[in-house]
Amino acid sequence: MSDNITFTIDGVEVKARHGETIIEAADRAGIYIPRLCYMKDLIPHGSCRVCTVMVNGRPQAACTQPVVQGIVVENNTPAMQKHRRNLIDMLFVEGNHFCMFCEKSGNCELQAMAYRFGIPAPKYPYMFPDKDIDASHPDIFIDRNRCILCGRCVSASRDVDGKTAFEFAGRGPHKKIAVNAEANLGDTNAEASDKAMSVCPVGALMKKRIGFAVPIGSRKYDTKPIGSEIESSTRK
Amino acid sequence: MSENLGTFIKNVCHKYKKDKTRLMDIACEVQEQFGCVSGKAMDLIAGEISIHRVEVENLVSFYAFLSKEPKGKIVIRLCNDIIDELNGAEEVAKAFSEELGIKVGQTTADGKITLEYTPCIGMCDQAPAAMVNDVIVTNLNSDKARKIAHSIKKHGDPSKLSAPLGDGNNANELVLSMVNNNIRQKGEVIFARHEQGAGLTKALSLSPVEVIRDIKTARLRGRGGAGFPTGMKWEFARQATGTNRYVICNADEGEPGTFKDRVILTECPDLMFEGMTIAGYAIGSETGILYLRGEYAYLRAFLEKILSNRRKNGMLGKDVGGKKGFNFDIRIQMGAGAYICGEETALISSCEGLRGDPKTRPPFPAQKGYLASPTTVNNVETFCCVARILDKGAPWFTEIGSQGSPSTKLLSVSGDCKKPGVYEVPFGIKVSDLLKMVGAEDTAAVQVGGPSGQMIGPADFKRTICYDDLATGGSIMIFNSTRDVLRIASKFMEFFVEESCGYCTPCRTGNVLLKERLDRIIAGKGEPSDLDYLQELGESVKVSSRCGMGQTSPNPVLSTLKNFRGQYEKLTKRSKDGLMQSFDIKAAIADAEAIAGRPSEKFSLNS
Ligand SMILES: Cc1cc2nc3c(=O)[nH]c(=O)nc-3n(C[C@H](O)[C@H](O)[C@H](O)COP(=O)(O)O)c2cc1C
Ligand code: SF4
Ligand code: FES
Ligand code: FES
Repeated sequence: MSDNITFTIDGVEVKARHGETIIEAADRAGIYIPRLCYMKDLIPHGSCRVCTVMVNGRPQAACTQPVVQGIVVENNTPAMQKHRRNLIDMLFVEGNHFCMFCEKSGNCELQAMAYRFGIPAPKYPYMFPDKDIDASHPDIFIDRNRCILCGRCVSASRDVDGKTAFEFAGRGPHKKIAVNAEANLGDTNAEASDKAMSVCPVGALMKKRIGFAVPIGSRKYDTKPIGSEIESSTRK
Repeated sequence: MSENLGTFIKNVCHKYKKDKTRLMDIACEVQEQFGCVSGKAMDLIAGEISIHRVEVENLVSFYAFLSKEPKGKIVIRLCNDIIDELNGAEEVAKAFSEELGIKVGQTTADGKITLEYTPCIGMCDQAPAAMVNDVIVTNLNSDKARKIAHSIKKHGDPSKLSAPLGDGNNANELVLSMVNNNIRQKGEVIFARHEQGAGLTKALSLSPVEVIRDIKTARLRGRGGAGFPTGMKWEFARQATGTNRYVICNADEGEPGTFKDRVILTECPDLMFEGMTIAGYAIGSETGILYLRGEYAYLRAFLEKILSNRRKNGMLGKDVGGKKGFNFDIRIQMGAGAYICGEETALISSCEGLRGDPKTRPPFPAQKGYLASPTTVNNVETFCCVARILDKGAPWFTEIGSQGSPSTKLLSVSGDCKKPGVYEVPFGIKVSDLLKMVGAEDTAAVQVGGPSGQMIGPADFKRTICYDDLATGGSIMIFNSTRDVLRIASKFMEFFVEESCGYCTPCRTGNVLLKERLDRIIAGKGEPSDLDYLQELGESVKVSSRCGMGQTSPNPVLSTLKNFRGQYEKLTKRSKDGLMQSFDIKAAIADAEAIAGRPSEKFSLNS
């Protein structure tokens, strides 16, 4: 397939293939559109809304919106960055995120996104919701305090592992990640080697006994901001 | 009991041919029989229809009328929407609560009766109202509530609560409801006398493409609220590739203050089914689905009977209306208490046996809708218009109403007025004229289009109701000068918080935050800067939400900020000492003392 579609992101011309989403085309062009729920190779969930861009003046999620010849995309504008900052703030206050003693610190996409946006603390009031931890499985655990409902584990377990060990339960602010058992992850067939276990952007779905194997300071986002891996790729 | 459960589930799943896309129906039947869909039931259902148990939980945990925890054989659901509240719903709740000896949200000790709140049940013209299982009770007061609670405790039979019966088909032997139609004004399109079947006969004498052409010429726009041109939608569905095609009628009517579809379903169901059949012919579909909100379950048997009559008369089934090769039938899909299922892609999810999450767009339903096939979803009233256009012709239809909004619209009027009910009015009617018509005096605010619409003040009463000015799916709520518009806005935000599907961040959490800050202001603890905070937050939710719900849910805040700014400003004066109004120093000291386990040495709580 050839790159026969052209469109612009913030005035820069980008080439894309038919059937690609805006985020895929932007990634290949070395333009970073901030995102949290999207992960390459999984079905886009479109839930965090951090990737929202203006397409011909209308808001769309870049991770689900297909490219069309000639569209004008606004990404890194003050207005869009403001909405994104607000969404990141919302994700922080709707959960219980204590980065200073979280094992994911430094590898956490939510934390890294906050740093990228220069957010020292959320401006919204903390909700301090009651959430639980499921440590019933010998090798893995769920800490629902940190879950951002991105749907990656649901998709990976269903579409890649073929297990459907995870699904959502409840609605609205009570929505949470549930497991394929009465209550305990330990009663499902989930395993540490599952794809689902390597996709969580935050510290909600974790493997046991690897805590602090990589010291703080040498972790993925300790040295480079999130998104730099895309921005540093060569532009076409 | 558990053996019983096993056999029951086996039979129900068998009845639905172990089809996982009918999980909604299976779960509803289990809920009705056992008062819950327990963990055990989830295991059994999952086994029967070959899905994962967590997928059953995914659905059950979504719908308000389904539950994993046991509920009573009788569930009393009190509507606690704003109109009910203004009409004394609190007194009614208190009476029920006292008579049953439980709080709202609880089940009696014998496990027989559950009492809970529910958002708008489509009875605002006869509020306060409640559901006792499927039975609707209206015009409640505390005396009536006590009597109902008393008799339900005695005989446990909701069907005995319906006297006196309502007007029209509400008294039909298959409805037997105390609900009243309250049709206050009949227009020329929906409530006019018409020859039954004339529209369909005309349609079948044309080609499908000609039918779509007529709908386009009539410039028919969807009556559900968004106003999308119906002819164009049908053309997309007709032209999209797919082996099957579907016609879905949206009778979810969940926007608070809307109840006009209830009256159509009661008085003109044949006209609606006729419109659906015409749509089936036009787009090349063999299957229609009527998505009926759970709150209207009391109309189900009646509607099923109408459908079976239509089958008998050759108006559904094989060779419909004598047209060789045109086969079309309609089934009813029940909802189970979820406002979001009125959104067309969420509605499709629900019909597919899934939780009511909206779908990612594109693809749009007309390309890939129900079971990934081209689908048109239209409102109840839209289908009625279709049948009338085919009967009387497009020019007749466009004679009434305004240029951009031809024909009539049904309005559901409730709140502070003498004559609440359903009005069929020409599009383009001025708000002030409508207020006169319905006997509204001393009106301070009108909510046009329900919570997702706009709250307007007297300065806007000269504006008109139509797609290009004040659009509405039918909801008109009237408030007089004794009402507190910010409290009303807060009530609407509570509705959105409870009804958000929770899929996307801005709607799941942004609505909670909007309500928090609005309530802080109402409590007199707001700051002037909170107005900008609300504005920016509301805009972020609108811009970044995934579906029409979050894209409109900040409207109660944003439209009152715009049209009733004075009310906010009155409540957010800067404090004299310059301290944040929301910071309660005494409470903070008390908290600190509790943690320290000793009184503060520096501060005294009494000073
Ligand atoms: C949150 C939400 C709730 C909705 N509820 C309803 C409803 O109860 N009834 C309805 O007809 N349309 C409702 N709609 C609009 C539908 O998505 C859809 O546009 C409509 O059914 C199309 O029919 P129409 O073109 O005939 O109006 C709702 C939309 C949203 C976003
Ligand atoms: S806006 Fe988002 S959370 Fe709200 S109902 Fe739509 S998809 Fe669900
Ligand atoms: S990355 Fe697109 S919505 Fe989350
Ligand atoms: S039925 Fe109560 S507000 Fe609609």
